[in-house]
Amino acid sequence: MSARVSTNAPEPAQAMISAKRRIDWLPLLLAPLLMLIAYPLIGSSSTWITLTVAGLAMGMIIFIIASGLTLIFGLMDVFTFANGIFIALGAFVAVSVLGALPQWTGADSLGLNLAALGVAVLAAMLAAGLAGLVFERLLIRRVYGQHLKQILITMGGMVVGEELIKMVWGTQQMELPLPATLSGSLVWGDVAIEKYRLLALLVGLSVFVCVIVVLNRTKVGLLIRAGVQDREMVESLGYRIQRLFIGVFAVGSALAGLGGVMWGLYQQNVTPQMGAQVNVLIFMVIIMGGLGSTSGSFLGAILIGLVANYTGFLMPKVALFSNILLMVAILLWRPQGLYSISSR
Amino acid sequence: MNEPLLQLDGVHTHIGAYHILHGVDLKVPRGQLTMLLGRNGAGKSTTLRTIMGLWRASRGHIIFDDHDIAAKPTADLVRSGIAYVPENMGIFGDLTVRENMLLAARQARSVDEIDAKRLEWIFGLFPAMKKFWQHPAGKLSGGQKQMLAVSRAMIEPRKLILIDEPSKGLAPAIIANMIAAFRELKQTDTTILLVEQNFNFARQLGDTVAVMDNGRIVHSGLMAALAEDQDLQTRLLGLSLAAHQ
Repeated sequence: MSARVSTNAPEPAQAMISAKRRIDWLPLLLAPLLMLIAYPLIGSSSTWITLTVAGLAMGMIIFIIASGLTLIFGLMDVFTFANGIFIALGAFVAVSVLGALPQWTGADSLGLNLAALGVAVLAAMLAAGLAGLVFERLLIRRVYGQHLKQILITMGGMVVGEELIKMVWGTQQMELPLPATLSGSLVWGDVAIEKYRLLALLVGLSVFVCVIVVLNRTKVGLLIRAGVQDREMVESLGYRIQRLFIGVFAVGSALAGLGGVMWGLYQQNVTPQMGAQVNVLIFMVIIMGGLGSTSGSFLGAILIGLVANYTGFLMPKVALFSNILLMVAILLWRPQGLYSISSR
Repeated sequence: MNEPLLQLDGVHTHIGAYHILHGVDLKVPRGQLTMLLGRNGAGKSTTLRTIMGLWRASRGHIIFDDHDIAAKPTADLVRSGIAYVPENMGIFGDLTVRENMLLAARQARSVDEIDAKRLEWIFGLFPAMKKFWQHPAGKLSGGQKQMLAVSRAMIEPRKLILIDEPSKGLAPAIIANMIAAFRELKQTDTTILLVEQNFNFARQLGDTVAVMDNGRIVHSGLMAALAEDQDLQTRLLGLSLAAHQ
């Protein structure tokens, strides 16, 4: 390298100019706007708070389930319905783990209850992550870049997965009761908030923060964001995108497993078909958020949770298709979703 | 002519049902800048992509630094010292210039770990990279994107850089900037294989030249010889073009 060029640099490399990346604030205003609009319609402050917390909690659980698939969709361009298996698997593993720890779940101790949940969540994520790894190796890797085959093979895989779950846990619905101290509600005046919904809020926020930190503050996250835009160029810069794919699929499946536990505890029962039932909701969130956008999925999930709870109270009949209306409205406003990945 | 750092022997490439390269024989001398010229569709870009392993050679040998790399994964080729600037530049538009550069610096986990002297050198060559360091790369102009694409290839020492049509669609001032940058790069003993349609650009930079037509190399030699020989230019480039018009 020539000395002349080195001296040509006008200033030291560290003296960088300030950040110029603009934040798109408009989608961020949607949830607060929805809350403000709902308040006069609901009329009662206590009901509004209860519904809002319930909506946010539901949104967080949906986000947890959808976050993995967002990465899988975004990075790998894989249309998979198989996430349903990992959701159901996670929930059933939690049934087994929590069933084996009656002293912890039945104890009147928040610490023991949370420890039981922690063990169940770890086991569920591990099982779902491993199942995802096997699924990717056996089925997905054969159909990269072939969307029709991806849909067919993952739907087939989901049917097989459901049958395997039935073989292990049976065909019947199973109860997934909340641990003792997480049942019931906290009451402040007229406001009653279920304790589990607060926990779901915390877990959902933690998952969101973790995913965002990994995506934005680590090199692996940078690779994932780059891979969402141009996989071939990531490979051309010397990274093995295939390994990244496998890792993301396993992590995405593990997150689905966590979502399965949270959803199962939310419903307080689990069925082998629960994953397939939630799949529709997940696809809506991912499409609304913008394929591959974690922040978009987060906002989309919150909106779905809020709309479902508000319309369920105000117009129960509309609640049946309120999510579809929401998706249509958002896609009419932003056809690529709330936060589109521009280079795809 | 120096010994070849890269040598292609009878390389064939098929893309689906199409047979694109029909036995490419090419030598890229070590430490020199080799121009790969030819009309549209002659197979220049396919040759670069085949070298990089983005499309697999169906037959033939690709020897780089005395090793046959024809079957090696793209990531391994980069690790062995090859960088690639594609025709579409491959910029990650949603990432900042800084993030694009960090990705290209494979050894660095953060910007602080990027070789500061090398970064200074690149900023000297392309001041726009410093000015727009924190800007989303998608917002850069076409010329700035090309500078970023070339900067990414230069952020780590490379043995060989493959560059596909760097002057395409650029203003004359930017082209002059590119020429200056490639001259600097040549001084670092980096071997360069550059695909180009702009003969004037090629004439100013190339040490050696290879001309492609119909998926084959139809001429190779010194750039200076081709630049001085109008008849040869017409025969290789003019006739070749006319035959396909």
